[in-house]
Amino acid sequence: MLLIRCPWCGERPEPEFRHAGEAHIARPADPAAQSDADWAAYLYLRGNPRGWHRERWRHVHGCGRFFNALRHTGTDRFAATYRPDEPRPDIPAA
Amino acid sequence: MTTRFGLLSLAREALRGHRGWAPQWRSPERPQPAYDVVIVGGGGHGLATAYYLAKEHRHVGRIAVLEKGWIGGGNTGRNTTIIRSNYLFPESAALYDHAVRLWDGLSRELDYNVMFSPRGVMMLAHSVHDEQVFRRHVHANRLDGVDNEWLTPAQAKAFCPPLDIACARYPVLGAALQRRGGVARHDAVAWGYARAASALGVDIIQECEVTGIARDPRGGAVTGLETTKGTVRCPRIGVVAAGSTSLLMAMAGLRMPLESFPLQALVSEPVKPVFPCVVMSNTVHAYISQSDKGELVIGAGTDGYNSYSQAGGVQVLSHALEAVCELFPTFRRMRMLRSWGGIVDTTPDRSPIIGTTPVPGLFVNCGWGTGGFKATPGSGHVFAATIATGAPHPIAAPFALERFTTGRLIDEAAAAAVAH
Ligand SMILES: Cc1cc2nc3c(=O)[nH]c(=O)nc-3n(C[C@H](O)[C@H](O)[C@H](O)COP(=O)(O)OP(=O)(O)OC[C@H]3O[C@@H](n4cnc5c(N)ncnc54)[C@H](O)[C@@H]3O)c2cc1C
Ligand SMILES: [Zn+2]
Repeated sequence: MLLIRCPWCGERPEPEFRHAGEAHIARPADPAAQSDADWAAYLYLRGNPRGWHRERWRHVHGCGRFFNALRHTGTDRFAATYRPDEPRPDIPAA
Repeated sequence: MTTRFGLLSLAREALRGHRGWAPQWRSPERPQPAYDVVIVGGGGHGLATAYYLAKEHRHVGRIAVLEKGWIGGGNTGRNTTIIRSNYLFPESAALYDHAVRLWDGLSRELDYNVMFSPRGVMMLAHSVHDEQVFRRHVHANRLDGVDNEWLTPAQAKAFCPPLDIACARYPVLGAALQRRGGVARHDAVAWGYARAASALGVDIIQECEVTGIARDPRGGAVTGLETTKGTVRCPRIGVVAAGSTSLLMAMAGLRMPLESFPLQALVSEPVKPVFPCVVMSNTVHAYISQSDKGELVIGAGTDGYNSYSQAGGVQVLSHALEAVCELFPTFRRMRMLRSWGGIVDTTPDRSPIIGTTPVPGLFVNCGWGTGGFKATPGSGHVFAATIATGAPHPIAAPFALERFTTGRLIDEAAAAAVAH
């Protein structure tokens, strides 16, 4: 079970949270100008890397807010969690 | 070099103290410098693909299967082996039923006992919503020519005596039963296909990880592979790598509609035969059957976040066990022997992806997620035809990668929330 730091509430156990997928995927500003392939990429294509992953979480059984996290998908270790309005933290060196 | 199995060979070996059995497939240390088709991934689906390529499409030429670990060591050897074909949409019913028809007779075809046991798969309905969805399934399946029947709670109890239909926490309002569904021996499926493919000339190279995909700088077509055992030239590559598919496709510059999640299972101490069928309960994420060794085989759900850790959270296991203990009170005092996880590749519509890709010469068979073991023979069969002809087999066609662009999804997730 993961221990996750909500930027507002602090460290809480994983069952309080819901994972919400890859982070920083922006909805197209001009939807009408998008091709079908653009929509497919926005809706469905994901990086799914083995390594550092920027992702969204929601503290559903807590403050209810969304935030971002930088987690390693090989070890499940978190490097950082950050609010949507905060700058993206760097990927750890080693 | 493969011995035919039978009463005679068994008797002969019994008298000789079983010292005469030879390895059942060739396992060359290194790949050849070039092949006509390379299958990446030596799980059941990859090995079945190689077998049907060699058997039904001889003209494709030299075939190899490259496996980073040992064959069957991925999800094939980690799954709870539930086999059924009662999916909702006609496209899925056609695909999974093609597989069920091949399971029947597979041991004979491969001359290897895959222990296919169509003992019936029963899905429990715990709510009015479940009941309505399952009844709709039963009707849809019948229209597609796939057997599936509705059981009353009493009939469900008669079919599976350990079931507590009056369970207060998860009452049983009825069940959908596919009698042709069942289980098979997972390792035997990988080994049987490996043996049969090897006998037809397929090279199976283990401990050979693919680390790069080479492409022609002009047309973009694939020209070969980099591996931990050297460079291999080949004009056609079939990626069949389950949870690792995104990583391999990224080597060819493609982003996939896939996310990889840990999925766990566990087995109990072995006991005498107590459990005659397979029972699934999607609402509470628990699946149970009894292996021929006597262990109760129990499947749990996926973790809530993408990961390659192959471990999974303990709370996911205990959730499945809580449900099993409620539904089958007689198992409350059983001890669990071990648990493990596999990495499953899930698509947005929970249906697989089989077919060509935007990269010429590169084919993919993935996205089977939590439920692809049941499809192993059919998947290999239609994927082999797709690779050999360069065009999708009719049963595979609806499962093309393009469906995420055209919007023609096959949304089995929304249809049933069914996992295995
Ligand atoms: C716990 C669990 C329970 C399940 N229960 C069921 C069930 O009851 N019924 C059902 O139908 N399905 C079930 N499944 C799903 C099923 O196991 C899979 O869908 C199916 O086995 C996939 O087969 P495969 O051959 O595609 O994948 P795998 O058997 O995983 O084979 C892929 C292979 O690719 C290899 N590979 C990866 N990367 C590379 C590389 N770079 N180079 C070379 N080789 C590579 C891997 O080592 C692996 O051996 C379950 C899965 C799990 C984990
Ligand atoms: Zn919070």
